Amino acid sequence: MGSQGGFGQSKEFLDLIKSIGETRSKAEEDRIVLHEIETLKRRISEPDIPKRKMKEYIIRLVYVEMLGHDASFGYIHAVKMTHDDNLLLKRTGYLAVTLFLNEDHDLIILIVNTIQKDLKSDNYLVVCAALNAVCKLINEETIPAVLPQVVELLDHTKEAVRKKAIMALHRFYQKSPSSVSHLLSNFRKRLRDNDPGVMGATLCPLFDLITIDVNSYKDLVISFVSILKQVAERRLPKSYDYHQIPAPFIQIRLLKILGLLGIGDKQASGSMYTVIGDIIKKCDSSSNIGNAVLYESICCVSSIYPNPKLLEAAADLISRFLKSDSHNLKYMGIDALGQLIKISPEIAEKHQLAVIDCLEDPDDTLKRKTFELLYKMTMSSNVEVIVDRMIDYMISINDNHYKTYIASRCVELAEQFAPSNHWFIQTMNKVFEHAGDLVNVKVAHNLMRLIAEGFGEDAAAADSLLRSSAVESYLSIIGEPKLPSVFLQVICWVLGEYGTADGNYSASYITGKLCDVAEAYSNDETVKAYAVTALTKIYAFEITAGRKVDMLSECQSLVEELSASHSTDLQQRAYELLALTRLDVHAIESIMPPDASCEDIEIDKNLSFLNSYVQQSLENGAQPYIPENELAGTWNINNLRSQDQHEFSQHGLRFEAYELPKPPVQPTVSPPSLSSSTELVPVPEPSYLRESHQVSSATSVSDAGSSELKLRLDGVQRKWGKLKYSSPSSSTSSSTSQKPVIGVTQADVSSSVNSKPRDTYDSRKSHVDPEKQKLAASLFGGSSKTEKRPSSSHKTAKASGNAVDGSQEPKTAVVSNEVHVNKTYHEPPPDLLDLGEQTFSSSTSLDPFKQLEGLLDPSQVTSTRNHSVAAATKAPDIMAIYAETTSSAQTSSDGYSIPSSGDDMNLIFGFSNATTNISHGETTTVTPLSQSIKGPNLKDALQKDSMVRQMGVTPSTQNPNLFKDLLG
Amino acid sequence: MGIRFILMVNKQGQTRLAQYYEYLTIEERRALEGEIVRKCLARNEQQCSFVEHRNYKIVYRRYASLFFLVGVDNDENELAILEFIHLLVETMDRHFGNVCELDIMFHLEKAHFMLEEMVMNGSIVETSKSNILTPIQLMDKTS
Repeated sequence: MGSQGGFGQSKEFLDLIKSIGETRSKAEEDRIVLHEIETLKRRISEPDIPKRKMKEYIIRLVYVEMLGHDASFGYIHAVKMTHDDNLLLKRTGYLAVTLFLNEDHDLIILIVNTIQKDLKSDNYLVVCAALNAVCKLINEETIPAVLPQVVELLDHTKEAVRKKAIMALHRFYQKSPSSVSHLLSNFRKRLRDNDPGVMGATLCPLFDLITIDVNSYKDLVISFVSILKQVAERRLPKSYDYHQIPAPFIQIRLLKILGLLGIGDKQASGSMYTVIGDIIKKCDSSSNIGNAVLYESICCVSSIYPNPKLLEAAADLISRFLKSDSHNLKYMGIDALGQLIKISPEIAEKHQLAVIDCLEDPDDTLKRKTFELLYKMTMSSNVEVIVDRMIDYMISINDNHYKTYIASRCVELAEQFAPSNHWFIQTMNKVFEHAGDLVNVKVAHNLMRLIAEGFGEDAAAADSLLRSSAVESYLSIIGEPKLPSVFLQVICWVLGEYGTADGNYSASYITGKLCDVAEAYSNDETVKAYAVTALTKIYAFEITAGRKVDMLSECQSLVEELSASHSTDLQQRAYELLALTRLDVHAIESIMPPDASCEDIEIDKNLSFLNSYVQQSLENGAQPYIPENELAGTWNINNLRSQDQHEFSQHGLRFEAYELPKPPVQPTVSPPSLSSSTELVPVPEPSYLRESHQVSSATSVSDAGSSELKLRLDGVQRKWGKLKYSSPSSSTSSSTSQKPVIGVTQADVSSSVNSKPRDTYDSRKSHVDPEKQKLAASLFGGSSKTEKRPSSSHKTAKASGNAVDGSQEPKTAVVSNEVHVNKTYHEPPPDLLDLGEQTFSSSTSLDPFKQLEGLLDPSQVTSTRNHSVAAATKAPDIMAIYAETTSSAQTSSDGYSIPSSGDDMNLIFGFSNATTNISHGETTTVTPLSQSIKGPNLKDALQKDSMVRQMGVTPSTQNPNLFKDLLG
Repeated sequence: MGIRFILMVNKQGQTRLAQYYEYLTIEERRALEGEIVRKCLARNEQQCSFVEHRNYKIVYRRYASLFFLVGVDNDENELAILEFIHLLVETMDRHFGNVCELDIMFHLEKAHFMLEEMVMNGSIVETSKSNILTPIQLMDKTS
């Protein structure tokens, strides 16, 4: 249509488009655009440019910005164009302005006036153009300028205007909810609009409103249900159909809304069951759009108050998705499964092999979605397998955004479900090693705390084992290059605290390693500080143990270097180390008792040990100390007396303006952050702080300081785990009960991953390899062994009725020794079309929705039965009007057919074929090819080609794709 | 918010149409478009039509040499967006007749007008082809 009318553009414009179209590199394109900018700058400010020409310049400006260059020199001309009387020019002006300016741009103020004028226009297309601009350009401050007019337009006779006015109001709500809070009833009103387009648009703001406040819209449930019913029954005009599905985009939005309204509301949900069931039954699952509606139905079913029949139908849909060959459907299936397992966790097990296939798929998108699902279904029985998988994946990717995300997920799962401390430490090591700089510092402190506290209570032996294994693992890792700073801090702290505790390693060995670290990471002051303090501790422990300390020469030079450091912190640490080594055993023992990082420091807040000193000073005539609060009191009195506030405030301001100091925090009260499981109190450096307190005990430790130290850590251990795993008795019992599952898999997964290359995966169609079964067992097996037998026998019966496909048999044979896997593969083959009917006919012979009605209580049944009546009263004319428009629209749309409105899948593959053709063609003959590809409507294509050639643009070898039909 | 942006980019990574529903600077757009196209080009026909990128999910579909990319929030129905793209292409095809990349280039503003009818505030508001095209045809007649 557009092309028949001629392009109507100048040679200059065509040349520009042609040259942009034919560039083959970004650099070349940039050159063209820069040249264009120069031309436009010159030409656009010439006087008396014809309007048509100006429109073309504006479009060229749009090109300049679209291709990534600044076109701000021409903004003002776009603004001017919005004043034009010609509709096309005006709308082009508005378009350019909305593309160029953000809502806070200075030029907007010049447009508000025009918008106001256009909103009053008699021509509804002008009003629509202005409303489009309103949605993009009006910000919080300018809302009042147009709001009254927009509200007036809600009742405009043209449905297109009402629709856009509703969206403008929606926009105002998004920008500033308070500005339209008194107008929200308009959305309810427009829901009953006679025009389906207006009604459909109104669902957008209503969805937002309901998301925020469900309860105020419960009364609309009946209306939504009746609208959805009418849509599903094809009462909307045919022009809303898309690939034989009636108004799918409206259906999807309605299902989203119902999903929100039905959360935890039995009654509201009850009125939805019938219509959702109908949609699931009727919807064509052979097209993408049909599946999109079905997916939304699953989401809705898993969000509203559960209904067994619908859940079963949803589960069937999910298995169809997962068995599809299309990755898109698998993805939707995995996502839907993640939603449904919130209500019925047992369904995940049915799909274990499909899930594992997705997990091992080379497609990153699918893999990540599957990790999302696994994250949701992690339990203590499968945490090891899942976290191992996550870490492997984390190591393999470069995308820092996702790496951070998955690292935090690993940490979260490990903290929540860790089966043993040893595993926890190993897992943390891996996370730190590969994503150390991306994880939260809190995680490091958590880890130190765990190692320090161990099992708590009476498991001293286990604690020291844990520490030894931590020390050992760190000593083996420490040599590796480029460890993340946070991880090194943990390593240094642990080595300092426990490096020599079990006697396996000598002090000189550990100190040597620490010096290496300090040397290798000489740019990182924090690591160096940790290393020096660790050295201090080790020497202190050596002296306490009565061994002779020989400081390594490298250590000596390190300390020397640090005592001249620019960092005062490092200097102090170095001097403290030196001072400490010169003290005698007893002093050191009280400064740095071994393994005391969890001990409480007793703080004498009254500083009673100074009493004699104070007494002595007083006797010698010193001024007595006046506590701060008393001092403030006297100031206040003075203040009242003096009456000269200004003069006084210079000195006394501080005391007036602030409140009296709060009473000191009780040290016995454990701070709130300790009880929360994710928040972590930073573990201070105990030895360092203790030292500063005791050595320089004359300095008063303030109340705030003492509460910050918070070394009273009793009662906070095992933050990272579930209680049952931390207490020794239950942890042993649970680990023995799960050993058969976990033990076997762990060994097998690791060994077979190494030994079996990719080909097992590729040939998986013919048999299920045992590795996968094991993985499945460990992922899904642990939870519900008792439930398995009855359900699997049930499934087998069902499967035999479905006549198992021949190609499935090998799978069953291989798998039959494994109970869990057995079940899944008796399911019917992944035939999307057949399966729908099969499942429904085989599952129940009765009408499921008859049964469903029986499940509802009587009052609800009547309400569901009386749907149509309610709808008739609530939205009286919606049906009638829809019916009218349907007939008219039908006649108008009869002549229209899309060249290839057939199967979607074919379309995609068709395109890919066409593209390969083209790439062959590029080297040989191109002009005839570009015609031959034109497809069904050859005449059109030829016309267009000749038109283009007349305009001076010929398909060249440069970029033949330009002429190719998008809908081949 | 739903839809955050709609892009048409060809195989060489050249932008043919860009509509953003939230404000990004030119530099941010340029970087974003480059990264996304690289990601999508690296994928094959069998893989999902969905890609995660930063906080967006990109739903993309390829027609001949042209990629249609829609950036959405996390809780959008990806399949529906995929079909929305197809609806857009069908609508353009109905208007231009055998639409090709060059049609969009020569009639950039028309392609934008269609989008303006279909999407407002990042939500799909109109899916009836006749409703989308009527104002554009009327405008063609009058001017």
